[in-house]
Amino acid sequence: MKWFLNNWDQVLQALAEHILVSGSALLIAFVISLPIGIWAARSTRVMAVSLGITGVLYTIPTLALLALLIPIVGLGKTNGILAMVMFSLMILIRNIATGIRGVPPEVVDAARGMGMSGAQVLRRVELPLALPVILAGLRVAAVTVISITVVAAYVNAGGLGTIIFAGMSNDHTPKIWVGALTACLLSVLVDVLLSMVETRARRATQ
Amino acid sequence: MNLLAQTWDLLMANPARFGAALWTHVLLSAMALLAGAVIAVPLGVRLALSNRHALLAINLANVGRTLPSLAVLALAMPLLGTGFVPSLFALALLALPPILLNTYTGVRGVDPDVIDAARGMGMREGEITRRVRLQLALPLIFSGLRTAAAQVISGATLAAYIGGGGLGEFITSGVAMMAIPQLLLGAIPATLLAIGVDALFGRLQKTMTPRGLLTT
Repeated sequence: MKWFLNNWDQVLQALAEHILVSGSALLIAFVISLPIGIWAARSTRVMAVSLGITGVLYTIPTLALLALLIPIVGLGKTNGILAMVMFSLMILIRNIATGIRGVPPEVVDAARGMGMSGAQVLRRVELPLALPVILAGLRVAAVTVISITVVAAYVNAGGLGTIIFAGMSNDHTPKIWVGALTACLLSVLVDVLLSMVETRARRATQ
Repeated sequence: MNLLAQTWDLLMANPARFGAALWTHVLLSAMALLAGAVIAVPLGVRLALSNRHALLAINLANVGRTLPSLAVLALAMPLLGTGFVPSLFALALLALPPILLNTYTGVRGVDPDVIDAARGMGMREGEITRRVRLQLALPLIFSGLRTAAAQVISGATLAAYIGGGGLGEFITSGVAMMAIPQLLLGAIPATLLAIGVDALFGRLQKTMTPRGLLTT
């Protein structure tokens, strides 16, 4: 506790970096997943292939994936963010595709009957109705990415893991406590916050 | 390719050390998964049947599921010390939430008409739970075990940080010395192990599904 009071600025900085790294990874993953997810919603083959490939990526142990990327991209934030993107693709693509598939076909037919083009149907009908499922995916992906960021400190990606690793290597218990508890708090908070957004979206679509 | 050849040479030069790390990794993961299942499956069934404390337990499990693996393992260090047993505790803790949540949802999701039919056939409550509820929840329980297995194998590579051993040791020392072949000697087998176990559980999940529930 005393260590925390004396070093709160250091913790705050690590927390900010943690959020920045996780956030950018999540954003990149979403930008990649959106077109693939929409495509997978239209075609069973694309769905099977994309989920097959990203599903394998998803099962790779975090530390092993970070290590496997070292010979290719070296140490640093690029490595960490790349690993996080690879990990979250499966969750995001799956939820975007199943969300769109879950839109009742009569609703899509009605929109077409009103003269909407394919792109309009997607933008104004399918995506808004799929939003709760997409947000649920985003929530799981966010928590996963936050968890990976903790480990990614070992490949110099920064964030709260830096404090934990420093504590473990110097046998400095307060650092372990502060680093680990702040990381836990962050992921629980993000999970609760996003589940609230998800509930609101679900109500809005009903 | 050169790196892979060097990794192979390293493996051939240290078969005993590699074997020991792999064995520790498998043992740690298997024991953690087993401990998680032994606690979470009966608990999940109980919660689904009794409704008492169910909401609290499910919320706790949901929180538990979001906790970063490394944070949980790191906290085991000041609380339990370093080594195999503290790692086992932390990993078993990580295995609990997915198994518990899936068991609960699976048992809860059993069609009440089926339970009525079983009662009508004269089954006692214990029999219904064992022979109907658990059987029908089995596919979901196995999908929970599959998630937990992936998480535990991944977590076991992190156990090296708190002296738990396993394949993570090659990775951490390899990263520390920037010795790529050594790092790959840990990372490649850990990846193959995770993918292999996931495929195995996928297969088991299919065979465990009662024939009447197969839709495809």
